[in-house]
Amino acid sequence: MLESLTQSGLLPMALAHAPAPGTGAEALPAAAAYPLASAIEGMAWAGWILWLPAISLILCGLCAALRIHNKLPAWITVAFIGGGFFVTLALYLNYTEPVTIELFRWFDLQWGEGESARHFIASFSLYVDKLTLLWMLFVTGLSALIALYASEYMEADLKGGYARFFAGVSVFVFAMSCLVMGDNLLMLYLGWEGVGFASYWLIGYYYHKPSAVEAAKKAFIVNRIGDLGLALGLYLTWHYFGTVEYVTPEGTGIFDQIRAGVNADGEAGGWQIKAIPFLFMLGAFGKSAQIPLYVWLPDAMEGPTPVSALIHAATMVTAGVYLLARMFPLMEALHPLALPTVAWIGGLTALLAATIGMAQYDIKRIFAYSTVSQLGYMFLGIGLLTTFGGAYHVFTHAFFKAVLFLTAGAVMHGFAGQIDLRKVSGLARMPGWRIVSYTMLYACLCLVGFPFISSGFYSKDTIMAQAFISHGPGYTALGVIAVLTALLTVYYTFRVWFRVCAGPVRYEMGDEHHGDEDDEHGGHAHDKPHAPRFAINFTLLVITAGAIASIWLYLNGWGKEMIAGSTAAPGAPGAPGTGHGAHAAHGEAHGGFWSDPHTWMPWVASITTLVGIAIAWYFHLANRRAAERLKQAMLANPVARWLPLAMENKWYVDELYHAFIRFPLWVIGHACYFIDRYLVDLVVIDGIGRFPRWMGRLFQPLQNGVLQSYAGWMMFFLGAIALVVQYAPQIRAFIEQWFGGQGG
Amino acid sequence: MIDTILASIEPISTLTLGHYLLTSAVLFVIGLVGFLTRRNLIIMFLCTELMFQGAGIALIAFGRFHLDISGQVFVIFILTVAAAEAALALGLVVLLYRRKETLDAEAWSELKD
Repeated sequence: MLESLTQSGLLPMALAHAPAPGTGAEALPAAAAYPLASAIEGMAWAGWILWLPAISLILCGLCAALRIHNKLPAWITVAFIGGGFFVTLALYLNYTEPVTIELFRWFDLQWGEGESARHFIASFSLYVDKLTLLWMLFVTGLSALIALYASEYMEADLKGGYARFFAGVSVFVFAMSCLVMGDNLLMLYLGWEGVGFASYWLIGYYYHKPSAVEAAKKAFIVNRIGDLGLALGLYLTWHYFGTVEYVTPEGTGIFDQIRAGVNADGEAGGWQIKAIPFLFMLGAFGKSAQIPLYVWLPDAMEGPTPVSALIHAATMVTAGVYLLARMFPLMEALHPLALPTVAWIGGLTALLAATIGMAQYDIKRIFAYSTVSQLGYMFLGIGLLTTFGGAYHVFTHAFFKAVLFLTAGAVMHGFAGQIDLRKVSGLARMPGWRIVSYTMLYACLCLVGFPFISSGFYSKDTIMAQAFISHGPGYTALGVIAVLTALLTVYYTFRVWFRVCAGPVRYEMGDEHHGDEDDEHGGHAHDKPHAPRFAINFTLLVITAGAIASIWLYLNGWGKEMIAGSTAAPGAPGAPGTGHGAHAAHGEAHGGFWSDPHTWMPWVASITTLVGIAIAWYFHLANRRAAERLKQAMLANPVARWLPLAMENKWYVDELYHAFIRFPLWVIGHACYFIDRYLVDLVVIDGIGRFPRWMGRLFQPLQNGVLQSYAGWMMFFLGAIALVVQYAPQIRAFIEQWFGGQGG
Repeated sequence: MIDTILASIEPISTLTLGHYLLTSAVLFVIGLVGFLTRRNLIIMFLCTELMFQGAGIALIAFGRFHLDISGQVFVIFILTVAAAEAALALGLVVLLYRRKETLDAEAWSELKD
């Protein structure tokens, strides 16, 4: 591997003359910012994190095949994924240093000889460092809880796709575990495609509903664009680094090489190696719903609500952030503009999604746009070199966004599919809805970053303050955008809570019938809401407790240490060409209040939050008609009317996609169709068939049944043949004269 | 008219190849015209026999002209085949007549379908 890199000019010559890869550890710089992985024997039990969801999938499939119409699949899934959580916990408690755990050999290919020898090694191995653990703890924990919630939420479908649903959840968790725990890019890619497939499976769960099928297809196809980026990035990484493994005990992994000083400045590298971070970025933007590929996420609402919670909180969308956090050394080392691009895309996505969220009426849709917006913050954090801020925001966001979706789902479940925030009011005062209302309130406080008592406050402030610390293109403007977005976030979040949970008790039932009319569950009348029972309330309380716990985990430095002890820590690889000089500037400044953003940002954020809550309180609780009047006034004003219209119509992005991508594709498709139908089919294929028929029709009149005419025609053609034979030389001369003399 | 045609083909010689060929052509054309104009199956059959003999005379004439015996041999074979075929054809005609009680060839024009 090292030889091949030297030939491609990537590796400095000094390193190439260092000891062989087997003892390569000594050759690396002494200042080891993160320890190398060590292969530990006998830790194969960690593989159960992957195997348990896989077994759960098989068992759920068996339940479906045996037509078991009780809650068995749900309990299987909860037990197995919960078991996965406890295995993760055990792994965390046993953790001492980054390790590679090989489960089995997967790809071990070698070809070529001598100079041109290449190999491709991708074991089915786990790479466990603190970033992995941080991710796996919330992925498995939240997934188990969401499955528990779904056991009650999906009960209307007991006779339908209950087992199919939980099989999908198991696939989701299995794929996500592969993605996060894999020790090489190929396993990450396996999980990446797996979560894409699982999301298709679950978003399209109500496959008899055309909108759900379309949403599933949209999610899958939009993700495919991102997946292309990841696949190309994977290939280029293998081509230039000679491996797809992150870190190996022998010191030949991608990160080992980055740390040893490999960067894109080598002559043989060229633009391809510089493209690697951008290709990974494309993949991350697709999976984590960033501009320009965010359009699938709001439509993913068509799946059952627990699926939304799963996608938004634990599994799907966090994969993109994980990819960038995991590949952070590459992002830093290979191109100076990679991270600023991530930061800007993240910041703009946060703002755009927040403005759209302000004008929607569908509660789940608002939360979906808030997810897009918060993911924007995470990318902003990673781009601004605070991977801690980005990754920890993923962690806190996972809890409160799960609560938000699950409470929205509880409302939808209880009110027969009602999800319009104008049609339900005063939920907190209805009997049996108190837990839902107040866990939702706490989750809202977390989402807006309410001072001191919410987890979002700490993680979001870390990101926003960093915008004023890092030096990069327009980072101060990004900071202003982030603060503005925070204000919008407060408004749209509390718009939901004040409308739905506060105010006078008033509701309108939805028109959705759970399951069939004649099943036992359909027995309850659809004119009365039914409050959630144990599984839903319990799940909400546990996840809310997790959200509160994540404050403590921030304050005692656990979160920071989880990132600092992983490859995602900025500057850790010691790669040259990092460019930003972020933390260097920070720390010198310890003058007044305004000199350190970490000091003033909490105050700015707190004031922003309180102002936002006040505005939302006025328009959506104290004086609800004022909001409608303001909207009407803006619509009446010819200058300002574009703003509410654009926001409500999602900035016409779907329409833009339609005009510039779908419509041209439609035109091309139909052009191809017409060419095929009329040129190929009609002229060529049919023509071949029709020519003999035409000829037949031409001579058909000759067969008239009159014997004499047969004889006459016979004589006529005999005479014609005789003439041709007689005058053959003349005819030949004539043809040669007119059509060129090839005959000679 | 025949005189002028004979004179134009061979003015001096008394009996040349041209005469034989002319005879054969005349026989053939008489047969052809008869075949095309009459509808009686037996007459039409006789006309085909005429055309046959016209072709036979041409063969013998050419054979004699080239001093080659095979022309005559060939015609003897043809005559044998023609005799067999005449027996067959007349048998067919009798059958057709029994079916429709007529010898008109038009009666069988439905065979085109």
